Amino acid sequence: MTTSALPASPHHREPNPMEPHHMDVQHHTPWYEYFGFSLDHKVIGIQYLVTGFFFYLVGGALAGMIRVELVTPLSDFMTRDTYNQVLTLHGTIMIFLWIVPVVNGAFGNYLVPFYVGARDMAFPRLNAVAFWMLPPAGFLLLSSYFIGGAAQAGWTAYPPLSITTPAVGQIIWIVSVLLLGGSSIFGAVNFIATVLKLRRPGLGLFQLPMFCWAMLGTSVLVVLATPVLAGALILLSMDIVAGTGFFNPALGGNAVVYQHLFWFYSHPAVYIMVLPAFGLVSEILPIHARKPLFGYRSMIYSILGIVFLGLIVWAHHMFTSGTPPWMRLFFTIATAIIAVPTGIKFFNWLATLWQGKLALNSALLFCCGFIFNFVFGGITGVALAQVPFDVHVHDTYFVVAHFHYIVFGGTVFVIFAAIYHWFPKASGRLLNEHLGRFHCLLSFLGFNICFFPQHWLGLNGMPRRVAEYDPQFQLINQISSVGALLLAISTLPFLINVVWSLWKGAPAGDNPWRACTAEWLTSSPPPVENWLHEAPLVTEPYDYGSAEDAMPVTTVQGRELWSAGR
Amino acid sequence: MPIPASILTLAAGILLALVSLWVGQNINLMPVAAADDASAVDALFKVLLSIGVGLLLGITAMLVVALIHFRRRDGDHLDGPAVEGNLPLEVFWTAVPAIVILILGVYSYDIYARMGGMADFNHHTSMAPQEVQQASLGHPADPETVIWGGIDHAEGMAFPVEVTAMQFAFIFHYPQQNFTTGELHLPLGQPVELRLKSNDVIHAFWVPEFRLKQDVIPGQPTLLSFTANRQGDYDIICAELCGAYHGGMRSKVVVEDPRNFEEWLVRNTPATVATAPDPSPTA
Repeated sequence: MTTSALPASPHHREPNPMEPHHMDVQHHTPWYEYFGFSLDHKVIGIQYLVTGFFFYLVGGALAGMIRVELVTPLSDFMTRDTYNQVLTLHGTIMIFLWIVPVVNGAFGNYLVPFYVGARDMAFPRLNAVAFWMLPPAGFLLLSSYFIGGAAQAGWTAYPPLSITTPAVGQIIWIVSVLLLGGSSIFGAVNFIATVLKLRRPGLGLFQLPMFCWAMLGTSVLVVLATPVLAGALILLSMDIVAGTGFFNPALGGNAVVYQHLFWFYSHPAVYIMVLPAFGLVSEILPIHARKPLFGYRSMIYSILGIVFLGLIVWAHHMFTSGTPPWMRLFFTIATAIIAVPTGIKFFNWLATLWQGKLALNSALLFCCGFIFNFVFGGITGVALAQVPFDVHVHDTYFVVAHFHYIVFGGTVFVIFAAIYHWFPKASGRLLNEHLGRFHCLLSFLGFNICFFPQHWLGLNGMPRRVAEYDPQFQLINQISSVGALLLAISTLPFLINVVWSLWKGAPAGDNPWRACTAEWLTSSPPPVENWLHEAPLVTEPYDYGSAEDAMPVTTVQGRELWSAGR
Repeated sequence: MPIPASILTLAAGILLALVSLWVGQNINLMPVAAADDASAVDALFKVLLSIGVGLLLGITAMLVVALIHFRRRDGDHLDGPAVEGNLPLEVFWTAVPAIVILILGVYSYDIYARMGGMADFNHHTSMAPQEVQQASLGHPADPETVIWGGIDHAEGMAFPVEVTAMQFAFIFHYPQQNFTTGELHLPLGQPVELRLKSNDVIHAFWVPEFRLKQDVIPGQPTLLSFTANRQGDYDIICAELCGAYHGGMRSKVVVEDPRNFEEWLVRNTPATVATAPDPSPTA
């Protein structure tokens, strides 16, 4: 589209006399629907987001407890048992109840139907069921702390430790993770069906916004890998309650087989968390840079490459376990090779920004924070893939720092960018940009102060998952804890911003960012079935930039253009 | 006359390369190295650090330049140029990382092979001298004598020590002298072979100064062979979550010159075994 031909106001759409003014006929979603079994993909998306954010606060509080314990070298803030419960709950909650449900469930559900030009997901009831498995699983997991103590074996639950720790907490953990995995599979089936089968007539796969491809790749990973975790956990639960010996060496079992099965899911789980985030960044950057997404095709191929390679790298988590030597060689190279498709995506984003007209708003700045943090985490990831180095730093704070750079500095920063970007669509009001940029700055500083020094701790001898440590590490741990405190504080401007803006924020209009994709070509918030008329046909989702022959956005919607893109 | 952009880019690239090389060579982030192969690991780490610093600084610089130079000015509602891709550029930034990754992979494989990570464990144990096998493995027919993994370059000829991990301690047994201790003593400059097994859950034996870590897995004995080359006391740290007192599961390794080590062995050897044939590992 030629935005140069458009008026300067963000409300650039000329009212179309042929269509009724949609604000008059739109019926808003009543508030109580957000607490019920709604079948609307937008309501379900927001249910996922709010539920996930609640668990983010819980998991963050647990992280705060860990950082308080580590202010001193002695185990003096909570008992050692409690510490292990806290770190187990922290990891499980952050992965299974915050990041996976939010990047997949929340943004996937909200955006994918818009992007494929559909009025809802392929299976709305399955969608609602998938969401409603989340709160019971989450509260079940939390409740285990109060009934006999939560699981203590870490989120990895390696046997035989997980067989010998108190059984009730471990079994509740297993049931909860099975429920969450089931929810994830239901969601993934739905995304695959929606992207492949529910596209508006005239919309080809290679015309889809990148987020659809990211969700397609992620969902394939979920469907292939999650059942393996479910199988492993069911066998583990039988070892615990029925006295079987699948993973129990005392009964002739093999503890390392569990690790293979666990990481066969849990390494792809990293991509289940970051691929949707990559997709979101690919949507956000072009709009705020006013340029097309650089290298559309290579972005798709790198997603497919990551999906394939992501399935064959799991044993790099086990370089110090008893694995055959050839395996270490294979998994070193396979793991490091993932950096190539991942690197392509980052170079493409930089090229998207280059020569753009960057709006330095919260959404774009959070994306830039993500790029810095994730590149950092990717570099340490390539280092960790090298067996001789990994043998030294495996299971140390170096690894803790590395994966927080990936899942927190990477994915969580993208979640915030996405909230700043799509809040106006979902609520009809803009978030306050001053508070947003302050939130971004505080998060970036807090995050890096918290996790950057941890690399040094790991290199110099501090193992992970300890409540007590060598006194020589105290100063660095205290710096890290100060960073964690800043991170906790950074949530406050965000919460204030959301509450205040929902109530009194500036009206956003339909398309405050002058975006091309289909969710912006309807009212804010959108009506129940997304568009009052035909779904717009957006065959060029990144049609920014001053090309001569582009059509203005007003001409790419409406009944008469059903065949425009063919 | 303005300086052409290509010259500036070239200068920035050279500066970046120099800075990352300097950081890689001069910033030491590792603890002291106290084993023969540790310096090879450190050399690998220096290469990784140089590449990492260069990449991170380069990308950050591009990001910051873009954010400042290409920021949207007030009142500018135009779009940027409609550039959708650049095939030669994309081929370049696919090929270069791929080549770097492959070179790194070969390099780290070479180091790992030198450390003994690619050893065939169960081949050499059958070749080992009978008394070593008898003494270190107990009963040769025991299925537990199968070695499942680890690092071993000493071909079974090294001085053996049996390491047993349990909640929440390491126990060291010197099979040739037949005594048990809670503190690991090792001779300077001689290859040693730790035979690790666990009595309960998975632990990990880690000495940061040796750059070595090996999981100690119940039911799966593993080997860890190396040569300590620096005298001193170092911490042995359990690196795998093993229960409530995991953080407190530590021990000490004392690397001492062979004469002191012999004295220590003799001092601790029970009298009945002291009359046995020369227990010296260097014999």
